[in-house]
Amino acid sequence: MALAGRAALVIALLTSLCGVGMSLYGARTGRRELVEVGRRCVYGLAGVLTFAFVILEVAFVANDFAYNTVANNSSLTTPLFYRAAAMWGSQEGSLLLWVWLLSLWSSLAVFLTRNRLKEIVPYAVAVLLGFATFFTSMLVFLVTPFATSSPAPANGAGLDPLLRNPSMMIHPPMLYSGYTFFTIPFAFAVGALITRRVDAEWIQLARRFALASWLFLGIGIVLGAHWAYYEIGWGGYWGWDAVENAALMPWLISTAFLHSLMIQEKRGMLKVWNASLVLGASTLAIVGTFLVRSGVLSSIHAFGASTLGVPFVILIAVMVVGSIYLVVSRRDVLRSEHQLDSLISREAAFMLNNIVLVALAFVIFWGTFFPLISGAVTGTESEVGAPWFDRYTVPLALALVALAGIGPIIPWRRATLAHLRRNFALPLAAAALILVLSFTTLGISSSPATVTLFCAVAFVLTSIGQEFWRGFIARRAMSSEAPPLALLSMIRRNRRRYGGYIVHVGIAILLLGIAASSTFTHTAFTNLARGRSTTLGGYRMTNVRPTASIVTDPTSTGALLTLGVILRVTRDGRYVMTLHPTAEFYPDASGAEGPVGSLIAGDQVSELSLNTSLRRDISAAIDAAEIQTALQGEINQANALVVKDRAAGPAKQTELSYFLLAAIARGYLHDPPTAPLKLASTPLVVWLWIGALIVLAGGLIAIWPPPGAMTGRVRARYLARVAQELGRA
Amino acid sequence: MVLALLAAAVLLGVLAWFVGAPLRHPAAVEPGGGDERRALDAARDAKYQEIRDTELDYRTGKLSEEDFRAIDRRLRAEAVEILHALDALR
Amino acid sequence: MNSGRKRRVRLVVCLALALALAAGLIYTSFSAAAQALSPTQLLREAKPGVTYQLTGTVVAGSVRRLPDGLLDFRLADRAGARRSIAVRYSGAVPDPFRVGRELIVTGTVRSASFVASPGSMITKCPSKYSPAK
Repeated sequence: MALAGRAALVIALLTSLCGVGMSLYGARTGRRELVEVGRRCVYGLAGVLTFAFVILEVAFVANDFAYNTVANNSSLTTPLFYRAAAMWGSQEGSLLLWVWLLSLWSSLAVFLTRNRLKEIVPYAVAVLLGFATFFTSMLVFLVTPFATSSPAPANGAGLDPLLRNPSMMIHPPMLYSGYTFFTIPFAFAVGALITRRVDAEWIQLARRFALASWLFLGIGIVLGAHWAYYEIGWGGYWGWDAVENAALMPWLISTAFLHSLMIQEKRGMLKVWNASLVLGASTLAIVGTFLVRSGVLSSIHAFGASTLGVPFVILIAVMVVGSIYLVVSRRDVLRSEHQLDSLISREAAFMLNNIVLVALAFVIFWGTFFPLISGAVTGTESEVGAPWFDRYTVPLALALVALAGIGPIIPWRRATLAHLRRNFALPLAAAALILVLSFTTLGISSSPATVTLFCAVAFVLTSIGQEFWRGFIARRAMSSEAPPLALLSMIRRNRRRYGGYIVHVGIAILLLGIAASSTFTHTAFTNLARGRSTTLGGYRMTNVRPTASIVTDPTSTGALLTLGVILRVTRDGRYVMTLHPTAEFYPDASGAEGPVGSLIAGDQVSELSLNTSLRRDISAAIDAAEIQTALQGEINQANALVVKDRAAGPAKQTELSYFLLAAIARGYLHDPPTAPLKLASTPLVVWLWIGALIVLAGGLIAIWPPPGAMTGRVRARYLARVAQELGRA
Repeated sequence: MVLALLAAAVLLGVLAWFVGAPLRHPAAVEPGGGDERRALDAARDAKYQEIRDTELDYRTGKLSEEDFRAIDRRLRAEAVEILHALDALR
Repeated sequence: MNSGRKRRVRLVVCLALALALAAGLIYTSFSAAAQALSPTQLLREAKPGVTYQLTGTVVAGSVRRLPDGLLDFRLADRAGARRSIAVRYSGAVPDPFRVGRELIVTGTVRSASFVASPGSMITKCPSKYSPAK
């Protein structure tokens, strides 16, 4: 079936090329049936790629090691869940996932526009299939997931245990969904610019697609941070790693786009800016995809040096040059209808928000690509560390939070003093209150940045609350609904506005979690003998007893030996929680460490034990390598015993090795070494995840299309009122 | 091997049949006439949302009364024009 | 000033501000950056007291754990010249750390050995098992 897979990829490439040709030719000559063929090529592509995807997935699930990629990334002992996910753990598999997702979203976009934007769609289809052509040709000519070896190896290399985490299933597909979805607003923007139809219809569609990509990418980023945090513990959720940055940049630019699009709708301004933003966000998404797999920058995520670097650079160059050309040559349709009236206005606040977001993206871009830049300028590659990023992103993030509070309540056009007094009084009072509390009860006065952020968050929450309240009052005045219903219908009728406000609240809370957890974490490294205690940030941790478990037929994560320690945590003498950090040891196939040593000489994973509450996370981790070193003497003795028993034969020797390993484990239980622990108390970090969920909720509310029936009712009412004007005129 | 090639051939056949359908039945393809109407529909919906938004802005203190009246008047006039254009198409 | 001129002035001021900030950013990035070197390069050209970023592979048999949570090991070049340098590290050791693994540490050179800043170790996922993403 590998041959069928290869053939499917070739067919996919041909379909994409055919679609590009048909769409463009049909658009130029006005022959609608050719355009229709182009659209069907998109659907057809999705079908063919699904076929190829299924073939590969089946190979993984069935452990068909004839496929090189299955042999390299999975093994007989890898559990089913992770076997299925291992498919996208490699360069070639993840490329197939990428282009498959691209075909799915393209089909969705083509379906949603089957009766609309008839002039733009052919060009958009051509662009989307152009991307598909690029990626499928890489799969056909450069790296194929369907390469096989004969004879097939008996077992595979296995999945890196660090990846054996449920997040592995969902983080890559979600992130890829975000990246691939960005091609859709790009394609429709290109189509709109080519056909010079940058009007209301296009704006509505562009916003929907941009919002969807923004949502997907945001979820992917947060999932990645969440995964890292649960693997590594404090500080793990963000490291300014090249690949993390690569996902954040397009997200920031599309946030800017979503805001300035509102200005274009209301006042016909910023058209060139918006076109540039949407084209730029998508280009950055492709750059992000390129970064991960080209080996161009060192990162813990990079796939390593590959042959894909040059084609990607060419694609990005084409996108950049093409975008600039389109915007410049169509600037007559992109001319502004109005000008900025006052710097103290909503328009100005939105523009400032855009500037801050673009500045953030620029800082991150510069820092991420600095090794290449410094290499080109000075001849040697240098890296700016995380502190450099923090120094510049923190003030910008503070400005962003403040604007998130100012934007919703500042008047349009020009704000008078009376306006400002009326709208800003309460939020400013809340900020002032928090300022005072920071120095008295909150205990955060040691960090001015955190104090500023807390005040800004108070400002945002109050201003949004004020908006909800006033809108609610207005709704009650205009209709006679009961209060709860009034609130719901207010949100339903203005999903964009209130969904957006909820997103602002979520972002503020998210940044609050980041600020508190990164500034005020207590950590300790200590070796704790059984029965002894240590204190950390007001908590007392006692090493109660060791734990050990040994599995001769591993099925869950595949670890052979798991050693751990039970920690009892108390505060002011009262019991709070129990932590159970463990160290997992995996076998090493090479046998270099002796028969018993090899059973645990493979990967070692320290499993974090984490207790979450609203106020703080407490975590404990055990240093696996140190434990192994402590047991090395016994392991050497066991090795010698097994080697001496050579005459019994390999099967008996394996049995003896397991038996001796179990004895070592029992010895660990009976007389444990001191536990090498890494302890941490991280305040308010759970609010990061809560804030992210709020952002998600707000985004979903904003993107949800209004039901048709309601639009009908509204339409009738307005028709009547407008007809009145007609009569009067 | 034979099975694989057969599967690929079937795939190609189905695909060609599906993709080529518009070429066989060109009359069934919808003509582009509905475009104008849809663009006006979209413009009208957007205008209504704008009118609602403006009123909400006024009631929550982001527009002065005189600004609101002026903008509301203008938006409704624009909505009327769009309705005129829609009627002309019918 | 008519509105057209006002707009242009605003635009110029904004651009000037942006350029100034960008210049500041660029300048500090060059001074804050740590040069990325391999062990061979480090042994050849490193200056004492200057922070460098060292990338290499852990040499077999060189790993020693000392009391007080210190870790001694040797790093050799990823490929090519097989010089190695002794590294002293303190702080959290990421799970993937082991002999033969590629990693990055940041620190300074002190008498032909490398003293790493605490917690600055980053391990790269092994090339055989490509990581997720």
